[in-house]
Amino acid sequence: MSTFKKFFESGTPWIWINAGAVAISVIMTVGLLLLLAFNGLSHFWPKDIMFANYSQPVTEGEPLRREVVGERVDREHVSAERIISSGIPVSDSTPLYERELIKIGNRDLNGSDFTWLLTDYLSDISYPNNLTTFERREWGNFYGYVQEVKEAGSTVAQSDPADPNDTRAWEALEQRIERALSIHEQIEDLEKDEIGEVNYALERLRLQRRGLELRGTATPENLAEINAEEASWEANYEVLQSRLADLYAQIDRDTVVMTAMNDEVTEISVSEIVRAFQPNGMHIGNKLVVYGQKLWEFLSDDPREANTEGGIFPAIFGTVTMVLLMSIFVTPFGVVAAVYLREYARQGFITRTIRIAVNNLAGVPSIVYGVFGLGFFIYFLGSEVDQAFYPEALPAPTFGTPGMLWASLTLALLTVPVVIVSTEEGLARIPRSLREGSLALGATKFETLWRVVLPMASPAMMTGLILAVARAAGEVAPLMLVGVVKLAPALPVNANYPYFHLDQKFMHLGFHIYDVGFQSPNVEAARPLVFATALLLVVVIALLNQLAVSIRNRLREKYKQLDM
Amino acid sequence: MTESNSEYAPVNRSKFKKIDMGKLGSHVQSPSAEELPSCISVNDLNLYYGAAHALKNVNMTLPRQRVTAFIGPSGCGKSSLLRCFNRMNDLVDGCVIKGSITLEGADIYHRSVDVADLRRRVGMVFQKPNPFPKSIYENVAYGLRIQGINKKRILDESVEKSLQSAALWDEVKDRLHDSALGLSGGQQQRLVIARTVAVEPEVLLLDEPASALDPISTLKIEELINDLKDRYTIIIVTHNMQQAARVSDFTAFMYMGKMIEFDTADNIFTNPAEKQTEDYITGRYG
Repeated sequence: MSTFKKFFESGTPWIWINAGAVAISVIMTVGLLLLLAFNGLSHFWPKDIMFANYSQPVTEGEPLRREVVGERVDREHVSAERIISSGIPVSDSTPLYERELIKIGNRDLNGSDFTWLLTDYLSDISYPNNLTTFERREWGNFYGYVQEVKEAGSTVAQSDPADPNDTRAWEALEQRIERALSIHEQIEDLEKDEIGEVNYALERLRLQRRGLELRGTATPENLAEINAEEASWEANYEVLQSRLADLYAQIDRDTVVMTAMNDEVTEISVSEIVRAFQPNGMHIGNKLVVYGQKLWEFLSDDPREANTEGGIFPAIFGTVTMVLLMSIFVTPFGVVAAVYLREYARQGFITRTIRIAVNNLAGVPSIVYGVFGLGFFIYFLGSEVDQAFYPEALPAPTFGTPGMLWASLTLALLTVPVVIVSTEEGLARIPRSLREGSLALGATKFETLWRVVLPMASPAMMTGLILAVARAAGEVAPLMLVGVVKLAPALPVNANYPYFHLDQKFMHLGFHIYDVGFQSPNVEAARPLVFATALLLVVVIALLNQLAVSIRNRLREKYKQLDM
Repeated sequence: MTESNSEYAPVNRSKFKKIDMGKLGSHVQSPSAEELPSCISVNDLNLYYGAAHALKNVNMTLPRQRVTAFIGPSGCGKSSLLRCFNRMNDLVDGCVIKGSITLEGADIYHRSVDVADLRRRVGMVFQKPNPFPKSIYENVAYGLRIQGINKKRILDESVEKSLQSAALWDEVKDRLHDSALGLSGGQQQRLVIARTVAVEPEVLLLDEPASALDPISTLKIEELINDLKDRYTIIIVTHNMQQAARVSDFTAFMYMGKMIEFDTADNIFTNPAEKQTEDYITGRYG
């Protein structure tokens, strides 16, 4: 008993408990990151395509025989009971059966991308080198053999699908895909930049005309000016339109005839293909190249196919822009409030009450802020702004609708308590002797604050900002009400005057996770993207935090104090 | 205000005596405070911190360009009195002051007085060195920048002059733009004096300026006080009696918020009029 007491009083158990708590936190964090990284990053690896025969018994008659071509995604064990109840007559003497999830792609032919197969009934598994994966703009992946390449309807190259070493058609195809991709890029540039600019200008002119009408200054001269400009843009548009039609004609020149599983033959336009590769024959270097390309596409491209394919660049951009804007709003606001509370306000019952209120504000559920943002910022402030500054666009709202500005303001409101509290703590820590030193030299209170106290408290402000960023970047619920949408490929900062379009809706990584993971029509295909997006969100938050931390450390170094 | 200074005793007094005995001797027939031109005069000063009556009916006249020392036990009100001269007590909540203090004949507690301007004329050095977390140069230039002086030439000149008057120039002239926090405690205290001198005040208030320093630094500060007293009226609070004897021309002994005795340093230390003073300087209480 006494040895136990001694052991307890020696403090050793506490060290174990503390170390255990730290270890559990570290393990959980690292484990989460590893889970995200493994599941997310493996998605971009070009997986081998299996070819197999599948013959599954049916209750009556001949077993169902067919070919299976696809990626092996996942496997799991299910009880015989469940398999029998799903209509497959297996023997219940073995309690568990293994089944495999195969991504068979070819949604246009099969109706769905994935199928579950019982491993026991798979036979003749092979990985022929000439099996080809197409990533397409629509209908998801295609798996099959390249049989024939056609240019404007006439055959230019042909291969025998049964011969894995016959690469004639594949080689012809590769060049044509490159050509189609470059034309596609031109089309995209034309549509997004040049035609986008024309549309933007026409809309601006329409608003100008409407504005003149509203102000009653729609004199013939003014209108003529607008009409002339409009006509020149229209002419411009005609030219661009004909160039576009030309490009579209060119891009649709080539087609490829593919043999899919069960000898289904289908013809695909080369313009549909984003990327093509034959993973079974590739060695690791080539696979790495494709992996890098796919990863880069994920980071830098717009989403495709209801966000389940392609990239998430608009979401990254939206998240970062919103967090930066939020920081710009929240820091001065929080700092000024804290300075008043700590330095100027008379300390007493009222300031204590305000402080308690501020602390409690940090605990209000974030959706409440969303509702407040919607009600106050959008419906009230936004519609007032529209009436005052954008009457010509009405009844279409400009700021009276969810958008980037209101989302960042709502999050600024959500995070302002954190900044106030940590700035106040920072101010309280500045030694009285330094303030007196400044005052004794003839500085006023404001000069003392501005030149000595605030610079020294700046690391504390940055701490507040770090906490604010961490909270805001991961917040989703209020954003759904005040500005985040499923798809908004137009970035809130772009090349069209006035460059910052803070009235626009935007995409956000957190909402993207929710949308892709739970609102997507194709959950199996989207799941790895959810992991990848979550990982990316963590990385973005970590980077934003790291930025703030490094600023804070520089400030700390600069204003380190001797006696605290 | 903490006033602990027990580790102060082992000062090498013989070293100081060499410098100071002559000075003490020169004041043997020195005129009393009333006969010299006055700088600050205190009339019926009462100071309350809330309910506590910290200063009771203090009356005194401080002569111009002399060193006056306030001595007394901890909590006797000497720092409070000092902080009245530049209105530092205004910053204390619940502090009420009655009576008047005049600087060169003008009441410093008058409504029309600009406190910032007063503090420019009455500089103050605190117990603990409190340099700003800026460069040495910026610390000294701070007061001038506050006054809106930003011309590099003027600042450079003033910084050099002030650092020289604080006997710090030779030690720091090669690293003016390094952080002031890299200096030793004694250097920091001299930097603070330089910073105060830079705004060219009329009066220097020193609130136990050497109590946080080692003996060598203390010696330097005391030498500095001797150098500065030709140009400034210096008022120093100390509860180290040897220090008061060494540096001051006039000494005031305070006890329990009252001014017990104010006279030339010679009289206080050799021939005090009051029994309480004698008890204190001979170490019978305090």
